Amino acid sequence: MERIIRPQRGMIAVNFAELWRYRELFGFLAWRDILLRYKQTYLGVTWVVLQPILTTVVFTVLFGRFAKFPSHGAPYPVLTFVALIPWQFFSNTLAESSNSMVASARIISRIYFPRLIIPASVVASGFVEAAISFVVLAIFMVVYRVTPRPELLLLPVFLVGTFLVSFAVGAWFSALNVKYRDVRYIVPFVTRLGMYVTPVPFLWMDVVPERWRLWYCLNPLVAMIDGFRWCVLGPNFTPYWPGFALSLGVGLVLLVTGLMYFRNTEKTFADIV
Amino acid sequence: MVVISARGLGKEYKLGAQVHDTLRDQITALFRGRRRPSAEKFWALRDVDFDVEEGDCVGIVGRNGAGKSTLLKILSQITEPTEGEIRIRGRVASVLEVGTGFHSELTGRENAFLNGAILGMTRAEITRKFDQIAAFAEMDAFLDTPVKHYSSGMTTRLAFSVAAHLDPEILIIDEVLAVGDAAFQKKCLGRMNEVARAGRTVLFVSHNMSAVTALCTRGLYLEHGRVKAAGTIEEIAEIYLQDALPADGQTGFRRGKTRGSGQIIFTDAAVGSETLSGSVVCGSGMKIWFKYEATRPGLAAHFVVNIFDRQQTRLMSLDSLTAGNLPQIFSQKGEVTMELSPEFALTPGRYLLELSALVHSEVTDHVPGAVEFEVKDGDFFGNGRKSCNTSALMIKTQWSVQGVD
Repeated sequence: MERIIRPQRGMIAVNFAELWRYRELFGFLAWRDILLRYKQTYLGVTWVVLQPILTTVVFTVLFGRFAKFPSHGAPYPVLTFVALIPWQFFSNTLAESSNSMVASARIISRIYFPRLIIPASVVASGFVEAAISFVVLAIFMVVYRVTPRPELLLLPVFLVGTFLVSFAVGAWFSALNVKYRDVRYIVPFVTRLGMYVTPVPFLWMDVVPERWRLWYCLNPLVAMIDGFRWCVLGPNFTPYWPGFALSLGVGLVLLVTGLMYFRNTEKTFADIV
Repeated sequence: MVVISARGLGKEYKLGAQVHDTLRDQITALFRGRRRPSAEKFWALRDVDFDVEEGDCVGIVGRNGAGKSTLLKILSQITEPTEGEIRIRGRVASVLEVGTGFHSELTGRENAFLNGAILGMTRAEITRKFDQIAAFAEMDAFLDTPVKHYSSGMTTRLAFSVAAHLDPEILIIDEVLAVGDAAFQKKCLGRMNEVARAGRTVLFVSHNMSAVTALCTRGLYLEHGRVKAAGTIEEIAEIYLQDALPADGQTGFRRGKTRGSGQIIFTDAAVGSETLSGSVVCGSGMKIWFKYEATRPGLAAHFVVNIFDRQQTRLMSLDSLTAGNLPQIFSQKGEVTMELSPEFALTPGRYLLELSALVHSEVTDHVPGAVEFEVKDGDFFGNGRKSCNTSALMIKTQWSVQGVD
């Protein structure tokens, strides 16, 4: 086996074979991120459970009780909680994945591996929280008597989709952050603003006027949240397909461009980080 | 078989460029339609060609800024060359630092696994070797304690131990020997020797010439980003030490403004550590040697050797009459060697040697600035660290403490 190290010119594609070879390191880094996230927190896993439940309570009271948003027959807490899973996956991993390259500066300047696994492992560490959330979701479903439907089997697909959207944005931001440290200020803004344009505490089809619908679907998380609701709550919550397709398309574009931008700036990371 | 072959390798860096641009800079530049002044560039490495044969242990030497680290980073794929290429045959492990990725919150065991994975070991490999790693690091009681409670020595031992159990075909190491206490360092050197003897190819970068000569069979000498010499380690060490001599090329003895009766005169002189190479390594002792000629044999003479620093401060004055055990009567021609104890050393810098010969108390020859020599940084205390500072002298000491709480 001969390896050739030479300057790479032109567009650099994602080297999937190499990523596969480094899968163990990816696992180790994700494992480390999980360990570090919960070490030295007294509440630990309890916090992971408590946070979405409290948010759900507040949203249910505010939007379901006071503002009386329609719920189309579904229990409002389930409606909210199921949307919180993808949203929290995204927002909780975004800050860390955006900062991940800069935080790993030392490793990056000492050892080679495909850099993509750094933001990817951070985002992957969000699966633990998602798994815990699913347990809580099951409890919610039992309590509110939501019968599981065959669509529920599609839930993992949307979870992976949420991972990919989070990873796409994480790849963009983490690569940008190496060169432009402004990203640090942009990320909290994105998550805060995102909360308003992402249909977590309400059903957006009831809220957004018809002519704005497609614009609203430029948010790649819309497809994921609609998908989650559809899987758990059934045919009454079938996504608005044109919007769903658009949202999915935006996610895909973000992913491809994010990977490309990351790959093509990757070679300079060690020199400037 | 050639396992590493570099051709026309070059790496260009931008100098003084603001690397962490802010978006604001870029946006304002866009509106002003003005391009930022292009950064000054320099070649950290240029036109580098070399081959490494399978089983070779190559020491890469050179002074600060010669391009050693850049070469290592290119070899380990951390940074990309600007031009040229390297072909590598075999699995490479590079250890540019021990303990890469160590996290203080994680336990020793967790860190060992993580660090092993970062260095390229598989989970199965680490699991298999874990007991050996723990034994080599001389620790088992603290493996499940977070590293933040470790002493720095313990952390380093564990980190090195992980690195020492890598099993690649080509091993690239950067100065990692400069860690730990003297005993552990010996153990590390021994381990590296084992690796080299086992027929593995090793590339070793260090400032420490004695470590390089002890470990390596071949050398690659970089200067200003280019290959100055390549060959056996003995050849390279020779050239490297030669280059440490005064810049004007007058390596040895110089008779400038002399005075004296001429009954005895100096004809040659040199300074060195082990050899009279013209440079002294701090901590390796020091030798002063000179040759004299007298007008007749049997003169009752003595010699005075003075050492001055660049500011013309006389640091030492050593008289063979009071300090030495030389005979009082000298033959007509001869050579005198004086050894200074390694318990004491001059710190890195340039120095001048002044020689005087006296018969009774009459000066027969006085040669100021007879030899200019350099003292280089070294491991004075024998603990693996470059310990010299900018003071004038170093001396070995015994410290003790009595704490009162």
